[in-house]
Amino acid sequence: MNLPPSVIALLPEYVLTLTGILIMLIEAVLKPATSRKPLGWLAIAGTTATGFISYYQLRLGVLTAFSGSIQVGPFSIFFHLLIGAVVVATLLGSLDYFEGHASHAGEYFALVLFGAVGMMLMTCSVELLMVFIGLEISSISTYILAGFRKGHPTSAEASLKYFLLGSFATAFFLYGIALAYGATGSTSIAAIAAGIVTSATPRMAFLALGMMIVGLGFKVSAAPFHLWTPDVYQGAPAPVVGLMSTAPKAAAFAVLLRIAFSGFPMMEHRWSMLMWGIAALSMTIGNLGALKQTDVKRMLAYSSIAHAGYLLVAFTAFPPAGISAACFYVAAYAAMNVGAFAVITQVGGYKETLRSVADYQGLALRRPVLAALFAFFLLSLIGIPFTGGFFGKFYVFSAALQAGHVWIAVIGLLNSGVACFYYLRLLASVYTKPEATASADNLTPAFVPIPAPAISLPAGIGLTLAAAATLMLGILPGHILHLANFASSSLRTEYPAAPPPAALSAASQRAVLLPVSPIQ
Amino acid sequence: MNLDHSILTLIVFAPLAGALLLALLPDRGKIMQWGALSVTLFTFLLTLHLPFHYSYASQSGAFQFEQNLPWIASPAIRYHLGVDGLSMWLTVLTGLLAPLGVLISWRAIDRRKKLFYVLFLLQQVAMMGIFVSLDLFLYYAFWEMSLVPMTLLIATFGRSEHRRRAAIKYFLYAFIPSALLLVAMLWLYAQTGTFDLPTLAALAAQHAISPNSAALWIASLGFLLAFSVKVPVFPLHGWLVDAIAEAPTAAVMVLAGKTALYSILRFSFSIFPEQSHRIAPLMIALAVIGIVYGALLALVQNDLKKLAAFSTLGHLSFITLGIFTFTIAGLDGGIYHILNHEISGGAFFILLGLLYERYHTNDMREYGGLAAKLPWVATLFVLTTLSIIGLPMLNSFVGEVLILSGSMQSTLAYHHLWTALATTGVILSAAYMLRMIQRVFYCDLGPKPQSIPGWDLDAREHLALWPLVVLFLVMGVASPLWMRAIDGAALPMADPPATAQASQPDRVIKLESETYRPANAAAPATIQTTPLQTSSGGAR
Repeated sequence: MNLPPSVIALLPEYVLTLTGILIMLIEAVLKPATSRKPLGWLAIAGTTATGFISYYQLRLGVLTAFSGSIQVGPFSIFFHLLIGAVVVATLLGSLDYFEGHASHAGEYFALVLFGAVGMMLMTCSVELLMVFIGLEISSISTYILAGFRKGHPTSAEASLKYFLLGSFATAFFLYGIALAYGATGSTSIAAIAAGIVTSATPRMAFLALGMMIVGLGFKVSAAPFHLWTPDVYQGAPAPVVGLMSTAPKAAAFAVLLRIAFSGFPMMEHRWSMLMWGIAALSMTIGNLGALKQTDVKRMLAYSSIAHAGYLLVAFTAFPPAGISAACFYVAAYAAMNVGAFAVITQVGGYKETLRSVADYQGLALRRPVLAALFAFFLLSLIGIPFTGGFFGKFYVFSAALQAGHVWIAVIGLLNSGVACFYYLRLLASVYTKPEATASADNLTPAFVPIPAPAISLPAGIGLTLAAAATLMLGILPGHILHLANFASSSLRTEYPAAPPPAALSAASQRAVLLPVSPIQ
Repeated sequence: MNLDHSILTLIVFAPLAGALLLALLPDRGKIMQWGALSVTLFTFLLTLHLPFHYSYASQSGAFQFEQNLPWIASPAIRYHLGVDGLSMWLTVLTGLLAPLGVLISWRAIDRRKKLFYVLFLLQQVAMMGIFVSLDLFLYYAFWEMSLVPMTLLIATFGRSEHRRRAAIKYFLYAFIPSALLLVAMLWLYAQTGTFDLPTLAALAAQHAISPNSAALWIASLGFLLAFSVKVPVFPLHGWLVDAIAEAPTAAVMVLAGKTALYSILRFSFSIFPEQSHRIAPLMIALAVIGIVYGALLALVQNDLKKLAAFSTLGHLSFITLGIFTFTIAGLDGGIYHILNHEISGGAFFILLGLLYERYHTNDMREYGGLAAKLPWVATLFVLTTLSIIGLPMLNSFVGEVLILSGSMQSTLAYHHLWTALATTGVILSAAYMLRMIQRVFYCDLGPKPQSIPGWDLDAREHLALWPLVVLFLVMGVASPLWMRAIDGAALPMADPPATAQASQPDRVIKLESETYRPANAAAPATIQTTPLQTSSGGAR
């Protein structure tokens, strides 16, 4: 094909945008009573096509377009595929969600796609202003999606809260871009990396990075920028929470990785301490906060704060191992969290009648398959072996340990001990009989499995995909790890490598020297 | 067909295949029970391959039936399985207890059978995996995995309304130290670049793991703490009583002891030999405290399950005492006593489960005079009790004598005092067990036996108990059958590094000729001479 690079590089985004617009147009002419499911299938088809295009791009090497502001390489493609997979799983899980409850479901599918466009744009832009545009596109659609259960006050509250705090955070990010421009004379990440060396105001450059970390830290709900998370997650519709706790976070982490490791590699010794602090704080606050929650979605909101903390641990590690560990963790977290929220969607339904930990009691009796899948995702969130969550933690903490950060690993793993308490409370609740009938010895009706509403086919497919991905990442992590390593190496070589500071190179030499060859 | 290279894989994954099969079959009639029974019996037959094809001649802890394949390239994780004399018998024992566990749950678990048997088989997979993994990472994966089915079994099939609390307590007690274990493991990997146990052991023997002795110490404590909680060693036993009180019989049988004690022997001792020797005095003190504390608390319990829990604590502490003496007798005895404990303790828990199934109480004040009503139960109960308190000719006797004689020979400070104190545990355990027998079987007819008819052992229960009772006797008089292999595994661990210089081979042989042979000779005549030594040691 002889398409110009400006077409090829952004082809996935084009396809998604066109699908979204098509859905909006069809939605406008459909009667309110008509089922919106075909639109959902259209959205799924569009996203799947996007995935294939991204995969095809992998063979083309690194593509640069739009005067160097877009760069498509293994790193961005890794995140494109991940975001695409999350979107497909979410769409599958929510095809039947609005059925019979809302006539505006078509907009939902379009908004999800537009959000995905923004996220994908974030991961492939190397120009901070482009990143900002992508951030805005994705944020605005998520703000709307958070309030999508019309008529539910909590949903509206979630949307408004998210919008107000979110626009504040994006303003921080924009401020950071402005400061970076002031310090280095450019908003292109490569030029910033080169400009810092000669910058007359390195402190301003660091302040710029700090501002950007604030903005992105909000998006990934890292402490101390996490305050919006519990309310928003509790109020927003369950499938939307599944989406917004994974895909935008993945995109924000991709941007953070890119800015930190290729924009400001000279300052790694400074910002890695900053990340250390944010990571420790996020893990601790997230897990301690989750301990007392009774609402399942709110509990998982705190858990997602904690998981952002685990992920940030990877930033304290040395670049190649740290970046690939972060990529792997994002993928594992996306698989298990999308799965967990898909189960919550199934359990709660549109009206979300079952929402507290006590409501989940006896789920294993009523819906054994759903309960088993839920158990699997929760175990993965805890980090039990043979699940993706385990290898995610494993790679992140071993990368940190290799960089000599023993204490963050100890804090993190102790935190995962605390975390297992609340996951386990939920899990134990799923697997125990309701208390009222627990003492009865004879067979009361409560013991007989109630014929459960069957899981619809698309939701079943979505759940199976999430479970298969979680299991796959837990048994054969090699493939994704290979891809993550590929992504990681491409992120480092996409730019002309600046000479690393003396401290860093000495430390990395130590890390290389340490492994003793196995003695037999 | 030569099974030797794939036998361990088969043993680990046969229960997994069985669990998947059961998950697909409908939960109707007795399908689940028969399915689980056939899977566990098949696995047991597979494990029997090991002792018959084990090459007993190869000494000093070489691994056999090895399978070593790459699993994940980076970090270097290998699918490395293998057994030696230590793990081989534990594998066989685990295989044996599983079908008995199914038999004993046949009627006790009458609801949600599919969930029960699937979890039971998954637990089986995890335990087998723990015993045969030689890659630290693979081992850790199975170790963590073993927590999950057990927690769910307790949470779902627990006896009282406290089951959820007991399950969470169990999980937290085990999981949090395991997190530190993972840090220690990752640190080891960062230092050496390998998770392979034989390689790490070789590095440890050359003091080549890390020059940083403080970090090595902390890492060794990470290992030891995770294992000690799971054993449990004295101050860390908070989960034990609740978990034993709640868990269904088949789960209690495999709840405590063997996996963690095995892990100490396999991983702590071989990766951190020096640190393990240096911490031995503390562990011995804790073990002796555990023996006396467990026995004293068992003496005042009226709840049968609680009595069993404290008795378990006492007997596991005996094993801890034995292995931390680092004498050949202590180690042999400790390892042998792990097997004893599983068999005798297993039988004891089965019998308690039977009583509960009949009378729905664990309070021994409500029992009484059962011997006349249930003669078979009474007979087997008394036999099991005698085995647990270590009557000569029965299995526990061999273990206890070896442990106590090993502790008497150890070179640690105050070992006479510790041994004497530990020996009181033997007396106390006889006291509380016999008190219980008297209360339950021989007083006046209690309120429960009066109001509930009860029934004696049925064929299925006979089938579950007799293999264990026969083993009491066989293991009591024919210990060399097992000791041959155990000895090979214990020998390399038994030399204190302080004296492990050029004279090491002489020393081991000397120790063996002095102390090991009399107890091992297994002729009843020689066994009877050993208690004299022990009791004189205790009186000193």
